Amino acid sequence: MMLQVAGVSEFIAEIYFSIIGIIFILVGLKALEDTQLETRVGTAVFWFLLALTFIFGPYIPHWISGIAIILIACLSAQGQVKLSKSDVPTPEESRENANRLGNKVFIPALGLAIFALVVATLLPALGANNAIGISATIALVIAFFVTKAKPNLAVKDGVRLMDSVGPTGILPQLLAALGAVFTVAGIGNIVSGSVSAIIPEGNRLAAVIAYCVGMALFTVIMGNGFAAFSVITVGIGIPFLIAQGANPVVVGALGLTAGYCGTLLTPMAANFNIMPAALLETKNKYMIIKAQVPVAITMLVVHVALMYFLAF
Amino acid sequence: MGLFDYLPLLGVLIVVLGFVFKVDTIATVVLAGVVTGLVSNMTLMDILNILGKSFISQRVATLFVLTLPVIGLCERYGLKEKAVDLIKRLKNATSGFLLTLYQVIRSIAGAASLRLGGHPQFVRPLINPMVQAAFVAKYGKEDKKAEEYIKGYSAASENFGNFFSQNCFMGASGTLLIVSTLSEQGFAVTALDIAKMSIPVCIIAVLVGAVHNYFLDYQLKKIGNKDNQEEKE
Repeated sequence: MMLQVAGVSEFIAEIYFSIIGIIFILVGLKALEDTQLETRVGTAVFWFLLALTFIFGPYIPHWISGIAIILIACLSAQGQVKLSKSDVPTPEESRENANRLGNKVFIPALGLAIFALVVATLLPALGANNAIGISATIALVIAFFVTKAKPNLAVKDGVRLMDSVGPTGILPQLLAALGAVFTVAGIGNIVSGSVSAIIPEGNRLAAVIAYCVGMALFTVIMGNGFAAFSVITVGIGIPFLIAQGANPVVVGALGLTAGYCGTLLTPMAANFNIMPAALLETKNKYMIIKAQVPVAITMLVVHVALMYFLAF
Repeated sequence: MGLFDYLPLLGVLIVVLGFVFKVDTIATVVLAGVVTGLVSNMTLMDILNILGKSFISQRVATLFVLTLPVIGLCERYGLKEKAVDLIKRLKNATSGFLLTLYQVIRSIAGAASLRLGGHPQFVRPLINPMVQAAFVAKYGKEDKKAEEYIKGYSAASENFGNFFSQNCFMGASGTLLIVSTLSEQGFAVTALDIAKMSIPVCIIAVLVGAVHNYFLDYQLKKIGNKDNQEEKE
């Protein structure tokens, strides 16, 4: 019986992954149609390869997906993947719609978050991860009722947003895969071997500080909390906290936002700290970071305290 | 341990250098994976298999794509415009209080994955001018130093609201990264668990932001009153 339920949730998951694959294909086709775009073939191949892994990945040998990933990286490295032309709604169009619909426009958007929580809590048999897809489906139906838009508009707008998110959208997934390679290569053991020289054995507070501060520091250096997460969690979070009995949910959830404290402090995160300063024409280009320092430090201390008290 | 035992760290070094020097992120991550495998005596076939297998099993991290059609549609139908209308109603508040309210709204929006557009589409055209206007209205004059402070704090409120709220949404890419990284390492956690556990930080960040903005008001008061005194003398 349990097996059957697991089968159902996996089946639903594959349907949603295939829908994501179809969105990728449509982004690729949109690029092919854009004759102005010089790299349209490279861009299209990138999205088609990605679609291949999403739709057929579980049924083909893994090394084929591996090759697809290498090719994706090569296309990205050579600057082949670019935005293609989209039908972007004009400010007048959205203003007019906004005046007509009023605050009702918030309903489907808020529904997205609320239904995900409700479905995951009430129907855990469907698989917690499927709740995201199911809530997106319900919210979409509501959106059609509220806006009275034609269905193909949702497809068009979804594809447009996917294109504007671009290749970085798959970064979290790639980083999780990198984490797997790191683990097989024994990086966790090497890092933990070095860190154990600093952390007194069995000292939980020291381990929590090492993980949270490590996340923040690595994020300051790299400018990206996601990348720091896959390295520091494998190296410090798992061996020194989770393996010592800390709750993985607490360690993971607080670990990433501890990294974000680092994002607030670093010029490496240019699109949050430096580009907006230019946009606002501040005299000191580090003005935003200066304004963020007290909060970033306070929040890092808060993270250490929360993790120490909630994880054990 | 001998020096050779540290060789797998080359992959970590590649990730660090790639991000620091702004090399293409996708290429950096994949290269780091391949190099890590090679220096750890894996065959090319092993590496391709591990990369492919873990990439497929972690498709969960990319589930946020499913939310894009709804969000795109809502944008076309005036989501951002209505958010602007809501915020414009908040007149007659002090600069710091306005920023705290913005952080609250930004946090709710972040937790519901509403895209408000961040610095270019919200802070520059709307939040910064409103907060600047609140200072001028209160102290009756413009001041270069106050202007600079307000710019920094406006952008900061956007970042606080954005960073510390986004993981409260189950479909956020950060939430899904945590889920897939931990489950890849053998710890079964769900997006619901992570989203719930992200709520305390979101609330505390709003409170810390409020205190921070209270101090901004204090600073602005000093700047505003000092100028007035000089005028009298």
